[in-house]
Amino acid sequence: MYKTPTGEEVFVIDGHTHFWDGSPENQSNIHGKQFIECFYAYHTALSPKDQLWPKDQFEKYSAERMYNDLFVDGPDDMAIVQSTYLSEFYKTGFNTIERNAEMAKAYKNRFILNGAFDPRDGEKAIEYIHYMKETFGIKGVKLYTAEWKGSSRGWKLTDPAAYRCLELCQQLGITNIHVHKGPTIIPLDKDAFDVSDVDHVATDFQGLNFIVEHCGLPRLDDFCWIAVQETNVYGGLAVALPFIHSRPRYFAEVLSELLFWVGPDKILFGSDYAIWTPRWLVDRFWNFTIPEDIRAERGIEFTDEVKRKILGLNAARLYGIDVAAQKATLAGEAVAVAAE
Amino acid sequence: MGAVDIHAARVGQVWAVLAEVTDPELDEPMTELGFIEDVRLGDRGVVEVGFRLPTYWCSMNFAYLMADDIGRAVRGLAWVREVRPELRDHMSAEAVNEGVRKGLSFAEAFSEFAVDGTLDDLRETFRRKAFQRRQETMILALKGVGLAGEAIVGMTLGALEAVGLEDPGAVRARTRYRAILAERGLALAPADPAFVTLDGAAIAAEELRAHLQGLRSVRINMEANGALCRGLLEARYRDFDPASEEPTLADFMLDRVPPRAGAGL
Repeated sequence: MYKTPTGEEVFVIDGHTHFWDGSPENQSNIHGKQFIECFYAYHTALSPKDQLWPKDQFEKYSAERMYNDLFVDGPDDMAIVQSTYLSEFYKTGFNTIERNAEMAKAYKNRFILNGAFDPRDGEKAIEYIHYMKETFGIKGVKLYTAEWKGSSRGWKLTDPAAYRCLELCQQLGITNIHVHKGPTIIPLDKDAFDVSDVDHVATDFQGLNFIVEHCGLPRLDDFCWIAVQETNVYGGLAVALPFIHSRPRYFAEVLSELLFWVGPDKILFGSDYAIWTPRWLVDRFWNFTIPEDIRAERGIEFTDEVKRKILGLNAARLYGIDVAAQKATLAGEAVAVAAE
Repeated sequence: MGAVDIHAARVGQVWAVLAEVTDPELDEPMTELGFIEDVRLGDRGVVEVGFRLPTYWCSMNFAYLMADDIGRAVRGLAWVREVRPELRDHMSAEAVNEGVRKGLSFAEAFSEFAVDGTLDDLRETFRRKAFQRRQETMILALKGVGLAGEAIVGMTLGALEAVGLEDPGAVRARTRYRAILAERGLALAPADPAFVTLDGAAIAAEELRAHLQGLRSVRINMEANGALCRGLLEARYRDFDPASEEPTLADFMLDRVPPRAGAGL
């Protein structure tokens, strides 16, 4: 729960968090080392100085720390924890659904567990989707189209094998497809930020929602164009949001483009924890004002109501969270904890 | 002139031509981005140029393009016989370095993968974006000195030349905009219109606002890359101890840090 400077309560769902193990013990090769170092570079490059972590803590952190950073010290009411396997880089995977489930077990009602699959696994991918639905009751997945596998350096949502997986997701009610469209692992000569495959699948799978993580930055214009045409395409603010600290005017331009093209009902807050922590991000976001010249240029409004939607209400709608009921549940738990 | 002087002068010449090599995607000089690490002269006109990128994962085709551009630029010096660009700390460093040294095309250097499109296509895509970005910067600079939209779109190259600009950033913007107008053959003579679309069409005064919005979205995308690249390079090549050091990234991003003049951090 975020408390505004005027004492109002704002319901926050953190749309993008991770519980990873990138420690040297878990790295399979140089790629695993470089991958976590690249994440750490994002962390050090875009965080305020007082929010920086030592590298060993960043490589691997405890479930307790995560809970504390998100819900005790941080303003989150709930968090979507994404799964990213990177099994070519890490012995036990980077953050598998099993690892996430184990972490979330102790904190009932806080985490929304998302799965992941790789259509290049063929029949195994189909089986795995069934397994994740049956075992964890997932409502969403995070897809990483740039992940390496053997000699393949990536795949597209429009690949026939991906279509089969998406068909199954639609059938099983796994309705929220988060797609990583952003930096880190870059395939050969395909544009890593290319978002055009989202356009096709969004048209063909009307029962699914596609959340383009990192807003397709730095192909924001392509992403905006797709999101205008497809009613089921959303934008995740992770990675874009930290610019609020280092380059606030630039962030205002990005946000105003998103509000103009994509609209306030289709933008989701995400901290990308543990790259960034939600406390400072939410605080800055709530107190942020878009400079008048930028606001007027696009004729958009950045009101408290818009902020509430982005910080929690939009994600609640996608994941079927009844906000009033959830608040009551969490308040009840807080009382129980206090009584212990 | 002694041998030491000649050596130093030649190293200086290499740095000077490298200042003209841009990161294709960012349209900013590699020297200013801190990508060029060192320049070494070997025997008989051999030049080695060490460079590095913000991440281990930076796209190989971009890396290849930069290595190739380094080669082209440095070979332009009369005394140079051979250029060896050396990409470091990159997942494909070996393939890039070997490919460029042997004069292979990108597709040949990465023949194990299906490569579609050539680097020339990629280069052209980026040059178009660079044109748009430079044009926006120029128009905003002119608006900044009080010129109206109508006056700007009606300007010839000669008139643009004659505008009194004091801000060094604006003067630099004009030099860069003029260069890319010439490079693309869009405006060469003083009587040529200075503000045209990518395809050379005139821009009507009433279209300027929409035109600028288009340019702005190109810039927003490029800036995301620029800010991330600078920040990641900075973070990557500086052993960072949060307890004792002041991060200087904000300074970097706000352009409060002067461009790097020498090699290495």
